[in-house]
Amino acid sequence: MTIKTSIPESELLSAGHLACQGCGATLAMRYALKGLGKETVLVTPACCWTILAGPAPRLSVGVPLLHCPFATAAATASGLKAGLVAKGDEKTQVVVWAGDGGTFDIGLQALSGAADRNEDILYVCYDNEAYMNTGIQRSGGTPQKAWTMTTQGKGGSERPKKDLDSILEAHHIPYIATVTPGYPEDMVRKFKKARGIKGFRFIRVLSPCPPGWKHDSSDTVDLSKLAVQTGSFALYEIEDGAFRLSMKTPKRKAVGEYLKRQGRFRHLTEKDIVEMQEVVDAAWKRYESRS
Amino acid sequence: MPRLAFDPEKTAPILISGRSMAENKTGIWRSIRPQIDKEKCTHCMVCWKYCPEACVDIASGIPEINMGYCKGCAICADVCPADCVEMVEEVAR
Repeated sequence: MTIKTSIPESELLSAGHLACQGCGATLAMRYALKGLGKETVLVTPACCWTILAGPAPRLSVGVPLLHCPFATAAATASGLKAGLVAKGDEKTQVVVWAGDGGTFDIGLQALSGAADRNEDILYVCYDNEAYMNTGIQRSGGTPQKAWTMTTQGKGGSERPKKDLDSILEAHHIPYIATVTPGYPEDMVRKFKKARGIKGFRFIRVLSPCPPGWKHDSSDTVDLSKLAVQTGSFALYEIEDGAFRLSMKTPKRKAVGEYLKRQGRFRHLTEKDIVEMQEVVDAAWKRYESRS
Repeated sequence: MPRLAFDPEKTAPILISGRSMAENKTGIWRSIRPQIDKEKCTHCMVCWKYCPEACVDIASGIPEINMGYCKGCAICADVCPADCVEMVEEVAR
């Protein structure tokens, strides 16, 4: 019996990895590798995936993975790419696989440098919106009002989420995209496309985290889809400065539907939710005026 | 602990830098177990698509969950459009 699957059947993520039940970041890696294929090498700074990859000599992905210090992912990848080219290997795709802490905060300087030099690498940030690996501390990627271990008792995070995509856009790089594991076909397509582009490419993955977002492990895919359907997370591509929404949502669901499913937003009042709806509506006005 | 014993039959053949994490049988983490109702199953493979463990085997055309690795996250039960995956309590043997 032949089966038709909507995403490639070949698997480069091995079972037995060390992720929590229902981890969004493992789904993200699974789809990313389906899009990228075997001729890939991953560079990982400190993040959940440092652990999920497994203790050496074991490895849970079917491609080589290089661990590097927290702040240096983009610099390490730049060097790795230069080394491969020096050895005559132009084909292997160098991919940084970093969390939001290693991208929004600690790795930002190296990231900006590599983007500025337009290094021929793909930088992927799987954004679970806090330092989840060290026990849910606030990062630059944490949304406003979200509970974390370091924002508790203050009504959640006081500052809004850093608009990293705009920072990257200001570097005039050839490709920026957002994806989330609730839409695997879109993910595989964008990773395949990114692989074919030369220069610095950036993909941000919204990655639900059951222990950090305080939701049931079975809700990972649902929440990932709800983030898009409520407009809290927009799927788009920016190719050479041209902005294009990947999924137009003319009838967006209420943002509350997405927030109320997560324990990290449990303390929100109705007024807070109205405010957050306004933030999302304002963001969509900008998206729609651009596309 | 026999947990990390190498199983040549079941370990995925993707050994790049030495040994695969497939040696690590994460099935022991599970407290609830998915059960597929084979009669209701429409073979849409959505459970395979969304499995974070990549432990649903679809080679035979019928999804088969590898209980050696399934952590019992219940995503398959949540996403199944035919509603044919039921989560049942694991019992001590």
